[in-house]
Amino acid sequence: MARLAIIALLVPVTVIILTWVERKVIGRLQMRLGPMRVGPYGTLQGVADTIKLLTKEDVRPQTADRWVFELAPFVIVVPVFMAVVAIPFTADLFIKNLTLGLFYFVAVTGLSIVGFVMAGWGSDNKYALLGGVRAAAQLISYEIPLVMAILAVAMLAQSLNLAVIVGAQEDTPNIAYQLLAFIIFAIAGLAELYRQPFDIPVAESEVVGGPFVEYSGIRWSMFQLGEFVNLVLISILGSLIFLGGWQWPWSVFDKSVPVAAQVAMMVVKTGAFILFFMWMRASLPRLRIDQMMSFCWQLLLPFAFLQIILNGLVLVYGWPNEILIPLSGAAAAGAVYLTHRAARATGVRYQPGYQTVGSVL
Amino acid sequence: MAIETRVPHESDLETIDINVNVGPQHPATHGVFRMVLTVDGELVVDLDPVIGYMHRGNEKLPENCDYRQVIGYHDRTDYLAQFNTEHCYVEAVEKLAGIKAPERAEYIRVILAEMNRIASHLMLFGAFGTDIGLFGTSFMYAFRDRETIQDLFEEVTGERMMYNYFRPGGVAWDLPDNFRQRCTQVLDSVERGVEQLDGLMMENEVVLARCRGLSPVTPEDAIKWGLSGPMLRATGLRHDIRRAEPYSIYDRLQFDVPTGKQGDVYDKLVVRLEEMHQSARIVRQALETMPEGPIMAEGLKRVLRVPAGEVYMRVESPRGEYGVYLVSQGSDKPWRHKVRGASFSNLSALRAMSVGNFVSDVIIILGSIDIVLCEVDR
Repeated sequence: MARLAIIALLVPVTVIILTWVERKVIGRLQMRLGPMRVGPYGTLQGVADTIKLLTKEDVRPQTADRWVFELAPFVIVVPVFMAVVAIPFTADLFIKNLTLGLFYFVAVTGLSIVGFVMAGWGSDNKYALLGGVRAAAQLISYEIPLVMAILAVAMLAQSLNLAVIVGAQEDTPNIAYQLLAFIIFAIAGLAELYRQPFDIPVAESEVVGGPFVEYSGIRWSMFQLGEFVNLVLISILGSLIFLGGWQWPWSVFDKSVPVAAQVAMMVVKTGAFILFFMWMRASLPRLRIDQMMSFCWQLLLPFAFLQIILNGLVLVYGWPNEILIPLSGAAAAGAVYLTHRAARATGVRYQPGYQTVGSVL
Repeated sequence: MAIETRVPHESDLETIDINVNVGPQHPATHGVFRMVLTVDGELVVDLDPVIGYMHRGNEKLPENCDYRQVIGYHDRTDYLAQFNTEHCYVEAVEKLAGIKAPERAEYIRVILAEMNRIASHLMLFGAFGTDIGLFGTSFMYAFRDRETIQDLFEEVTGERMMYNYFRPGGVAWDLPDNFRQRCTQVLDSVERGVEQLDGLMMENEVVLARCRGLSPVTPEDAIKWGLSGPMLRATGLRHDIRRAEPYSIYDRLQFDVPTGKQGDVYDKLVVRLEEMHQSARIVRQALETMPEGPIMAEGLKRVLRVPAGEVYMRVESPRGEYGVYLVSQGSDKPWRHKVRGASFSNLSALRAMSVGNFVSDVIIILGSIDIVLCEVDR
């Protein structure tokens, strides 16, 4: 219980810090300073925002479906916190080490979508409705490649226990053997977090925030809370199953790694993931919903199956894991090449034509 | 009792198209434009543009103003290309009154108008990036460079937005002393910035996937709808008023007219990107060959009376053909003052370009038209 309480307190604090970090990082990427006024270098901006959101009026549109509208934020936030329970942060620091931890995580995070559809429907707003339906369409597209990529890792570790999966990466992290699965996981993770180029359900310039358009104050901040906790969760999961979690590379500490060093390693790896997601947000435009779906179904999913087949061959014939390094790497290169080519399918950029004198009209 | 189980067929389900009102307050409508989309899921089956929220009588008001007072209204029609619009108006008055502006004034006008074209296209690229989902990054990069141009304009005119600097017969006052050096400096940094924008936007896989082949326009349709400017040139037609009917000193400047191939959204962007380089080329030439001398025609009266007659003057503004039609009855005020806004004609093609595309695409099609609502409604 003590652990649960600590985590429940730590999570909102982390989120407050992360909102500040995101605004700073994106500000720097856009040649701005980001928040600078509240506290030194704007460090208290997150606190100020939280106080503002908590004290705002909680507005509900008159025509909204009352219970659906008011419950939607909880349906989004609760599964996210349920997923936190199953995540080990270091070898000893966890709430509950489930044998089926990975399975539980995937199953629980998928529930959030109900909240999005509820918010979209209950708001009685057409932008929200479009956003909610988009969120549902997006979920069925990215969820399967995401699960397949995770499954590939579980195959290699022969376990669904996150601690065991991390333990199996003592020598080499999975990213070396499973480069293809890692890339698919990162892309599907972007889609799971509704970040560019997959921020289709909440597209600011199209549906003006999508399902959240009618929410304000505390309910809106619950969506935000869910989004940021999800960001941390996906980042932690990625560093656990692909980057070797709390393990130090090249066996810096012989056998017993101090807890502080384990935590530091987790923070570094998770931070790398989080920065990647923020970086993508500032540098990529948005895909169209049908392009996103065909990308997930036609490209990510077959390649995720390819990784599983490769892993299966290694397991069945007892080949050494090292053979996966060139195979998965080559497949990843193929996937990147196909994406590159698909985007340019309508032809290469040409040099514009010129005329110096006269007009054809 | 047997329970009837049957998989519902598509024809059993009753679906309705819904109307989605986009604007006048919406992040993607670039001002107070409103469009009513009829959507079938994500597909736009009809679009009804509603304009008029920005109507301020910009055509009627000048009819009660002195010829020199009208210049201010032209700053306010197309507030992103003020020098181009002022240029059009003062050339029209000069044509009607038979005034010849001195050589140096013409050079100053062309330099400022071309710099303004770069600033306007930068604004388009910034806003287009936001439309297509870039989280403000292209906006900040484009505005960094636009800001340097605006600083330059402020040094020249004392204003950041409503310059009111050109006059019938010349310009209000001469350029600052170090203008040539400052302008070259600004051009260098802006061209570097344009290269960066090019790298950020045009080679991006997502932009390619979104914009290539989106709502292509044929040259025939473009002429039928009365498109002009980059919208027309993107279809492959080489029509630029600076070349077709050279005004001012454009006939002695070397520059190319970039054209696209299929008139899709991507072509419209490429054409504008290339135009920025061509404008920079024009400014560099004009800076080199700019003569010294007077900046105002001799012997103009304090009250400018224009002989009776009518005139239509058109210039190539960043958005296309900007025209001014003036009728004078010999008094100190124009009797009729009509403005042809390029945005208005370009916007008229929105419905035809959008129907059959997705909601997300309609947003970027609208963005690629590069409308200025003040010019649409006037």
